[in-house]
Amino acid sequence: MSELIVEGLHASVSGKQVLRGVDLAVASGEIHAVMGPNGSGKSTLSHVIAGRPGYEVTAGRVLLDGTDLLAMAPWERAQAGIFLALQYPVEVPGVSLLDALGEAYEASGRDRSALPRTLVEEAEKTGLDQRFLSRSLNVDLSGGERKRNEVVQLGALRPKIAVLDEVDSGLDVDALRAVARRVAELCRQAGIGILAITHYYRLLAELPVDRVHVLSGGRVVATGGPELALELEKTGYAAYGEDEREPAGGALGGGGRGLPPSRAAGGAPVPVQPGTRGRQPH
Amino acid sequence: MPTLGSPGFNADVVAALPGPAWLRQSRLAAWERFVSSPLPSESEEIWRYSRIDDLDLGRYSPLVPGAAAPGAAEPAAAPGAAAAAGAPGPPPALGQLPPDVEDLLAVVGPGATTLVTRNGGPAAVLNPQPGLQLGPAGEASEERLGNGHGGPGPDIWTVLNAALVVVPWKAHVAAGCVLGAPVVIVHWLDGDGGAYFPHLEVELAEGASAQVLEVVVSADIDALVVPLTTLALGPGASGQFVQVQLLGPRAWQLGNVVSRVGREARLRCMTVALGGDYARARTDSVLEGPGGESELLAGYFGTGTQMHDLRTVQHHAAPQTRSELLFKGVVANQAHSVYSGLIRVEKGARGTNAFQTNRNLVLSEGAHADSVPNLEIEDNDVRCSHASAVGPIDENQLFYLESRGVPTPAAERLIALGFMDDVLERSPLQEIVGWLQQAVAAKLASTGLGTAPGSGGPGAAPGGPGPGSAAVGARSAGLGSGSAGLGSGSAGVGARSAGLGSGGGR
Ligand SMILES: Nc1ncnc2c1ncn2[C@@H]1O[C@H](COP(=O)(O)OP(=O)(O)OP(=O)(O)O)[C@@H](O)[C@H]1O
Ligand SMILES: [Mg+2]
Repeated sequence: MSELIVEGLHASVSGKQVLRGVDLAVASGEIHAVMGPNGSGKSTLSHVIAGRPGYEVTAGRVLLDGTDLLAMAPWERAQAGIFLALQYPVEVPGVSLLDALGEAYEASGRDRSALPRTLVEEAEKTGLDQRFLSRSLNVDLSGGERKRNEVVQLGALRPKIAVLDEVDSGLDVDALRAVARRVAELCRQAGIGILAITHYYRLLAELPVDRVHVLSGGRVVATGGPELALELEKTGYAAYGEDEREPAGGALGGGGRGLPPSRAAGGAPVPVQPGTRGRQPH
Repeated sequence: MPTLGSPGFNADVVAALPGPAWLRQSRLAAWERFVSSPLPSESEEIWRYSRIDDLDLGRYSPLVPGAAAPGAAEPAAAPGAAAAAGAPGPPPALGQLPPDVEDLLAVVGPGATTLVTRNGGPAAVLNPQPGLQLGPAGEASEERLGNGHGGPGPDIWTVLNAALVVVPWKAHVAAGCVLGAPVVIVHWLDGDGGAYFPHLEVELAEGASAQVLEVVVSADIDALVVPLTTLALGPGASGQFVQVQLLGPRAWQLGNVVSRVGREARLRCMTVALGGDYARARTDSVLEGPGGESELLAGYFGTGTQMHDLRTVQHHAAPQTRSELLFKGVVANQAHSVYSGLIRVEKGARGTNAFQTNRNLVLSEGAHADSVPNLEIEDNDVRCSHASAVGPIDENQLFYLESRGVPTPAAERLIALGFMDDVLERSPLQEIVGWLQQAVAAKLASTGLGTAPGSGGPGAAPGGPGPGSAAVGARSAGLGSGSAGLGSGSAGVGARSAGLGSGGGR
């Protein structure tokens, strides 16, 4: 049983404060969705968890089973059990999936001789053409193929917790179904905890989510069950409008509007606990 | 200016070299020309960034063949490579070649026509094939006097080669003849303090087709190596040529590969530069017949304090010609590389397509690469482009691999080898691609970049590569499996680039 805990996370990139207090926790076997408008900080959150260079964590913690991930190199985080499926998977010319995952296997003491078969099986389950397995990573792959490729890697690596950044975007209907089913299966069978960033309710129609978090203006402004996603699908984020301006005086955050009163009072979608810096409804 | 002033470099030495009358005459004429020409200096554009000012010819002596090379390494000093009786390998007269060269010959196959010379001396041809004449040249040629090409004037070292060549080897393929097996020429050098003038002329008559591999290799000797290779393709001929430079770490090279491509002929020419202390390799390709095509490729990898100095001239002298160049290099440790390339399109060479791409990967803070593309276009009905780049490992690529759990040093290794792959995979001799990849991996392993993973921080996993596991990182072929990794915290990276940028588009 593993747990990823994000606590009061504040982070900036190029001097711009993007995350202003993110709190959430994902445990083995759970599926959480993170939804939110463009630019609200979803990818930033995923990058900070995985350790992508260029981000400065200004406050907060990220723990995996009590271990401070922020003190670790990206590859060490991955070896510790975090997987990130990137929103924009990077082309790595001349390096195949097999080469890359072979090194990852070796670093964790796994037998890489089992990998070719594992990859073929995973590719089958995710519907990725096998010819991509020995080709340069992501080079000349379509958007949808890249997403399937990320899910193949998820299946081959079997992390404790996986952060999937828009693994559903750019997929056709069939691909979406294949990917969502595979992710759900991996969660159920291998106990992988899933944090799925998405814009679309239709992913959640295939993926049985436990919790939905709404990220807006760098904060989790609402958390609820799957019905929250359905509601967002109907009404959009207008009610969660973000306000990115720093308040005069420069304190972190502080500008968020928090939950619309109706929702805060409604009970079903539970507002996140205030108390993280800079999250004061006004 | 390099200094001439060696007792070994004089007309008497030239006159004393053996050979038929025409060859003696041609050497003396070349010698006259050499001594009456100024020696190059770094102030000339074509020698900018080079180390030519450090050249001291007086340190080397042109070896007279037949005489035992002074300080020649004992055969036993060349490791491994037992020439078992009957096994394909070096001719008995040769002794032993280093194991990597033996491996290379093995992948080319036992059927190849092979010639292995030692210190420029005479040698026997193994496996002759019909349609191929391979042996000492029978008459003077223009190229031998450095007259054969345009661009920024011939290179003076081609003239010195003509003056001091012992045996000018020539491979002639008869008209219409398609050779069934590759031709392999190995120049093995092991005399310490020597100056060597390997010389190969490849001539493909009309419609002929051949694959030629030339290997310039030495023991760990102090030596000056001045190779000259000429490739002449008649109308409609098809030539596949690879030169592999595996000189020892103290050797200096001043090399030239000059090609002339005739009407509708097609040349694919690759240089792989791995060895040497200072190793210059100039590639000139003259497209002299309408419809001719050259594909010029190079892969170079410098470590330690090596310097690879590559210059190219794509000279379009006829209409409807095409040249496509891709040179890729890696520098690590304190190594330095220079690439400078010229596309020259003569007036009247309308319909020319000329492309030039040079990319350099800088792996260590102390290493750097210079890249200088140039265009000189006299005709306006042409399509030309050049692109050049110098930089460290791409941060996004590195993060992508790391986010899968690949330790930083292994990720850097994969990316560096992957970077070289796209040029190596285009080798005109496809059968040596795997060997080239291995050679580059061995080179990378020798950098010391990555023999131990950074730390064993909190996430350092068991079974990770340790200092002892610096196996040469051969990558997996297909769905096979690769090998153990290197590790290391490589330092930051600095790159200096002249002429970064790109012109035109493809
Ligand atoms: N390198 C950067 N420099 C400056 N600003 C950045 C940088 N990266 C991200 N940002 C900004 O941070 C904010 C959050 O970006 P992020 O990519 O996390 O959004 P997102 O929620 O993933 O959006 P989307 O739904 O469009 O993927 C945006 O305003 C973005 O412009
Ligand atoms: Mg995003």
